[in-house]
Amino acid sequence: MKLIKTLMAAVTALAVTAFVAPTFAADDPGPAAYAQALKGKRVMLVPLAMGFDLAQGWAHYLKKEVDAWGGTFETRDPNWVVDAGAQAITDAISSDTRPDVLIIHAPDLNSYSKLMKKAQAAGTYVILVDNPANFPADAFVGSDWDRLGQLEAEAAIKGCGPNSSKKIGLVQGDQANSSSLYQYAGIMKVLDKNPDFKVVAKPDSNWDATTSRNVTTTMLQQNPEICSIIDFWDGDATGASAAIRDAKLDGKVFLVTTGGGEKAADCDKLADGTYGAVVMTDLARQSGDMNAIIKFLLQSGQPAGTSHTYIYTLEKATTKADLKPDSCWDLKALQAEAAAK
Amino acid sequence: MNAIGWLNLRSLNQEGIVFAIAVVLFVAAAIGLPGFIDPNNLVAIVRSVSVLGILALGMAVVIIGRGIDLSAVAIMAMSVAWYLQLLNTGTPDGLAFAYVLSGVLAIGLLNGFLVAYADVPAIFVTLATGSFVFGYVRSQLITQDAVPVPQGHWVELLGGLRFLDIPIEVFVFAGLAFLFFLFLRYTKWGRYIYFAGDNPAAARNIGIPVRPMLVLRYVLSAFVALIAGLLTAASLHSINTRVVNSTLLYDIVLVAVIGGIGLSGGRGGVRNVLVGAALIGILLNAMTIIDIPLLYQNLIKAAILLGAIIVDGIINPRDEQTAQQGDI
Repeated sequence: MKLIKTLMAAVTALAVTAFVAPTFAADDPGPAAYAQALKGKRVMLVPLAMGFDLAQGWAHYLKKEVDAWGGTFETRDPNWVVDAGAQAITDAISSDTRPDVLIIHAPDLNSYSKLMKKAQAAGTYVILVDNPANFPADAFVGSDWDRLGQLEAEAAIKGCGPNSSKKIGLVQGDQANSSSLYQYAGIMKVLDKNPDFKVVAKPDSNWDATTSRNVTTTMLQQNPEICSIIDFWDGDATGASAAIRDAKLDGKVFLVTTGGGEKAADCDKLADGTYGAVVMTDLARQSGDMNAIIKFLLQSGQPAGTSHTYIYTLEKATTKADLKPDSCWDLKALQAEAAAK
Repeated sequence: MNAIGWLNLRSLNQEGIVFAIAVVLFVAAAIGLPGFIDPNNLVAIVRSVSVLGILALGMAVVIIGRGIDLSAVAIMAMSVAWYLQLLNTGTPDGLAFAYVLSGVLAIGLLNGFLVAYADVPAIFVTLATGSFVFGYVRSQLITQDAVPVPQGHWVELLGGLRFLDIPIEVFVFAGLAFLFFLFLRYTKWGRYIYFAGDNPAAARNIGIPVRPMLVLRYVLSAFVALIAGLLTAASLHSINTRVVNSTLLYDIVLVAVIGGIGLSGGRGGVRNVLVGAALIGILLNAMTIIDIPLLYQNLIKAAILLGAIIVDGIINPRDEQTAQQGDI
């Protein structure tokens, strides 16, 4: 009985729509084609780890969109272990529910190249995010790390000022990760154009805050007149800032770093003067770029691996002076939003 | 070479060799590197190995009793991360600390119980509990890798504490080293650890409470890890649980073993930890001053450690006892 009622209601509704709706709206083929191409498609994100701001932000924005067009969004958490990430990708490719789009945050230039090739061969589009790799993915979405390094160096030069010691210290990440290598190259490009500014030391932190603190302590010990330090990631720059604080050089050493633009990690620390400048990724826009390229690829009908697109996120060095309420995104707010659902 | 000289060389054990290398490095760096001998730099060296040294003290006591604690780094990072998370979500300080302290002691007890009473090898027990602690806390209790210290909290103030311009970690390391020295050298239970580590069966036969003491050592190690974690958070104003994936655990074992604490148990003491920590501290500091890239730093570190072990092998050939007992 209930079924018949529902059916009758549906038929009436259809009839009403058919007669009443203006014809031009019924003729728009877009939504139907869009829904047909996207509905039920699977998107998987494999970041370096799910436990840090960038990955959690990406996952939030991606899930919102994928859910909206009726797809399935999944993440895998390799927890910074390269092998675990490789395993996750391998499993995903060979499973019955093979993702249609695989978004990979590569740990270095080469580790996942073969796996990404396999994924494309199986028909999965591969999007690289944040870290470039030696592989022609369907798209790369992320920072131009060379340009990012240049912005950092320009911020450091500005932070030092023309009447300073003009000595700059670097705290690099490591010697394998593309984000570290390209960042360094970008910094050196700017410093080559400003020959009076010199890099006096360039130790590695291995992305670890305690190591960053120890090497920065030594660096400041050896060169107390340093006017600016560039630490290659806000994840370990807390160590460099601790060393500056301990050396009682707060306000004298201009600390520049880069990060995902999360409020507690970046904006709060700009506001309290811990960081002098942060080159921040506009995470919402970067996620938006990913969403757009996912929608494009799924509708394109082209086989995986056909085209290679680079979508660089617009970067900007933010200082305390140009800090605005919307300069950062708030992970706590996103988590509260997710929990409220 | 005369007889006495030969005798002296024979009596040079691994601790002596490492100490000699440390002294040579120190003198070379003092002469060759500007600013190395600066008092502030010397303080920085000690400070850079303080947390490592504190963890190594806990590890040393466990190793002397013929065990190993591979859960130390997980306990250190995850206990403090949980504590800070509780504070950030509004749990009263006293209650939060009580939770965390009981959690830490419970893991220490669990480690000790499984090793002492269930007779599971320590290396497997602690490997498993370490993974469990990390996995449980990371997935159930905290939301992010890095947890910040709330503003104005005592942990933050602790990080800024200085006496005579020397950071608090150095004093805590020195104090704990002295306490461990007193414990191992002058208390009955301290001496028993050597007996139990050297020959557990014989120790048990003469009436030493081998099993309860085993439990105590793992509890001690867990507690020391909590202190190390609090000091790390104090200095950085946050704790990053990524450290669990780092080489810190190997560095702790390294400091203990390079200083001459045998993995087969029953040998060594606080002095060995200090010598091992001194070598690592001087080495890392000198290489940072010279600005050697990290890849080469690891190579140089490994080469020196390998060299020390080889020299030890030549000067102290394996005797009947070690051959029978075997190494880990």
